[in-house]
Amino acid sequence: MFLVKGGMLVDPAAGIKAVRDILLQDGKVVEIGEHLERPEGAEVYDATGKLVTPGLIDMHVHLREPGLEAKETIASGTRAAAMGGFTSVCCMPNTNPVTDSLALVEAVQAISKRDGAVRVFPIGAITKGSQGQELAEIGDMAQAGVRAVSDDGKPVARAEIMRLALEYAKMFEVTVVSHCEEQSLAGDGVMHYGPMSAMLGLKGIPAAAEEVMVARDIILAEAAGAKLHIAHISTRGSLELVRAAKARGVNVSCEVTPHHLSLSDEAVSGYSTSTKVNPPLRSWDHVSALRQGLADGTIDCIATDHAPHTIEEKAVEFGAAPFGLVGLETAVPLIMELVRNKELDIERAVAALSSNPARVFGLPGGTLQPGSPADLTVIDPDLELVLKPEDLRSQGKNSPFLGTELKGFPVLTMVEGQVVMRERNLLAD
Amino acid sequence: MWKRKDLLGIKELSADEINQILDQAVPMKDIIKRDIKKVPTLRGKSVINLFYEPSTRTRTSFELAGKYLSADTVNIAVSTSSVVKGETLIDTGKTIDVMGADVVVIRHQASGAPHLLAKHIKAKVINAGDGAHEHPTQALLDLFTIKEAKGSIEGLTVTILGDILHSRVARSNIWGLKKLGAKVRVAGPSTLMPPGLGDWGVEVYHRVEDALEGADVVNVLRLQLERQQKGLFPTIREYARQWGLNSRRVSLAKPGAMVLHPGPMNRGVEISPEVADGLQSVITEQVTNGVAVRMAILYLMTGGGVSDVPR
Amino acid sequence: MKLVEKNQIMDPDGMRRAITRIAHEIIEKNKGTDGLVLVGVRRRGVPLAVRLQAQINEIEGVNLPLGILDITLYRDDLTTLDHQPVVHRTEVPFSIQGKKVVLVDDVLYTGRTARAALDAIIDLGRPQQIQLAVLVDRGHRELPIRADYVGKNLPTSSKEVVSVRVMEIDQEDRVVLNEISD
Repeated sequence: MFLVKGGMLVDPAAGIKAVRDILLQDGKVVEIGEHLERPEGAEVYDATGKLVTPGLIDMHVHLREPGLEAKETIASGTRAAAMGGFTSVCCMPNTNPVTDSLALVEAVQAISKRDGAVRVFPIGAITKGSQGQELAEIGDMAQAGVRAVSDDGKPVARAEIMRLALEYAKMFEVTVVSHCEEQSLAGDGVMHYGPMSAMLGLKGIPAAAEEVMVARDIILAEAAGAKLHIAHISTRGSLELVRAAKARGVNVSCEVTPHHLSLSDEAVSGYSTSTKVNPPLRSWDHVSALRQGLADGTIDCIATDHAPHTIEEKAVEFGAAPFGLVGLETAVPLIMELVRNKELDIERAVAALSSNPARVFGLPGGTLQPGSPADLTVIDPDLELVLKPEDLRSQGKNSPFLGTELKGFPVLTMVEGQVVMRERNLLAD
Repeated sequence: MWKRKDLLGIKELSADEINQILDQAVPMKDIIKRDIKKVPTLRGKSVINLFYEPSTRTRTSFELAGKYLSADTVNIAVSTSSVVKGETLIDTGKTIDVMGADVVVIRHQASGAPHLLAKHIKAKVINAGDGAHEHPTQALLDLFTIKEAKGSIEGLTVTILGDILHSRVARSNIWGLKKLGAKVRVAGPSTLMPPGLGDWGVEVYHRVEDALEGADVVNVLRLQLERQQKGLFPTIREYARQWGLNSRRVSLAKPGAMVLHPGPMNRGVEISPEVADGLQSVITEQVTNGVAVRMAILYLMTGGGVSDVPR
Repeated sequence: MKLVEKNQIMDPDGMRRAITRIAHEIIEKNKGTDGLVLVGVRRRGVPLAVRLQAQINEIEGVNLPLGILDITLYRDDLTTLDHQPVVHRTEVPFSIQGKKVVLVDDVLYTGRTARAALDAIIDLGRPQQIQLAVLVDRGHRELPIRADYVGKNLPTSSKEVVSVRVMEIDQEDRVVLNEISD
């Protein structure tokens, strides 16, 4: 038994934002109330002055295992998640081999069960090998528990394949997650197309490269009556397309990353490869549109797109470096900064990090109502830290936020009643 | 006084720093014109030319600049180096560093490569052209050439003609000219124009005649002919007709306007032979000035000992 | 470091007389002005060379070619300086091939400037002879160099600094002995 006392409970799914005590037992939430008595034998956690939220869910991470263990493993990636306050992560299928079959999904699930510090939900591939040619075994993967499919990193170029995927996945109530990038427009671009790319002499990826495919996939989802989720939305135009589609009842949702909310393409100016991400960091106009979209609910979820790479892979010329940054361990403070600056209210923030991803993918958790899984995160809104590379539990150190002061860190992560992180110490080891 | 470790771009230089280089290039140019083209100034210093892209004129220019100042200059070309064996830029840089290089001159196809190198090595780094980013020494020699002929840069109207999108020469020139008070116009096809030029205080023209009218200086950029294969403009022939600088177009500029080209030229494409070899062309003077400007840069950058002693 | 004026070595008249004497010595030693050229070492050697040129003209009615030498690139102390000193132009607009070059400087001290000037001159061509004229020789040579013409020999200590001040640069003509006080 575990009693979390005196914290500010933010449970958007239950409409609660108040000081409450939470009693957890046998991996479930048992009771919520003001001033709960400590049952005999119950461990008490004093959360006074802190935020208590449903366990955070990151619906978009790259754990790199199997095949790319030099970058990250399920063990290291889920420990990074625990440090970042996440109790569940959904891992993308672009491993080696690509997670495109029942056997491979079960393999990821087995490794996660053995090595994982938090819950891991594999996302399957849309097409075999994410090659964009033939549908992967979506039905079989769904039976193994896959809730979403994506060819993340390799957009489905052919519209007909995307149409088939949406039709097919619908039968199994599997969400199709689209990485929207029209490759003939993106070309070999390495950053946002605009005055900054012109100044730095780097090849740009125009906003239109994303928007063209967002438009295509919305049209296809609408025609198929299927559920579509847009990954890492990054432009004002994409947002307008989603907003209009939602208004006419299309079953579309979308996510945004903390880095697209916090940084603009100006961050690229020193050619630091940890600012090389796909979609690229956009200009401030797009950033402010994204903040607005999150605040008004057009954007449903916050997901990190945690993408670890080795130091050697990133210690090269900007153009030669792989895309991606590690986001699991900095997501909460970055979002808390938006909350402090009144760009986002705390209920929206928590919903985007818990109940909304749970709803979009149909995952357990996302609320702390009695009977729910005992997945819980406590955030100290006043805790300030300057992270160094060695502080990150992820094997990837490719973060543009190292060395800067961040404020508002998770101090307790509980997965199914087990405390995996407490006071910034990992207990999962 | 020169305080920078590295010379990575014009963007970060002040007008003072630019003028310092231009001023020091004047006595350096005198040396090039002597019978004995050598002064002992950089004796015992080593300058490494690390070229990841083929280049004859910039590399030779740096090599001679170093030699005229008595530095030991060594050329490393990509094909002969360990880069082909998969060595990273940082490792190559560190290797050169521990061999005792004082200055590394780098030419690289990746924008930002000199910045990466500078961050990781003790030797001073000079950017000899990085991707589509900057080519500071080319801009400095262009500025020197203009200043030498016109006395001052301030108030001049300079038209840069051609593929601005892919041109490091254009970027460095634009920033240098703006810092010294020139009015800058650019002209070229919209498909070869980067976004946001208006924000830099540059006037963008799509009719070459309009851009040339009343210009004091015309700087013609080299057209990379392979851009045509990527579909950025229809044909070389159309480019020459629409954008090429010929005598009729030069006559629209001010009488006595200077014509510059960073070389090597595609004669009959971006510049007609009669303009390239005409009276208004200073293209060969640019080459001489390139050595002088690079001598000035090497001289300024290799300073730095313990303390000033009174003479 | 501060310089305190100790005493005045030459007044304007003294400087004028010294230059006149040197002009006579140059003419005498070279048996006229044939093949002679003057080269002033920047900075204060230049106005002194101009004065010598005028004086020789007055005596012999010949205007000797006059050049300006900047020795910065030949200094042997560049690696010990924090920042590179500014290089100025060397302006010797005549051939020195086979000529008798009279180098003119303000003070001869360690001999290092003179050494640099000798190297700089030789890089311009092969003169028949190089002679050295200085307004003040203060001793403390570090190189085997001596002046052919000296305005004044002045024994000094190494804590002292000789400052030649000329109208063209300093708005006054005089030579002072300063002392370094810490």
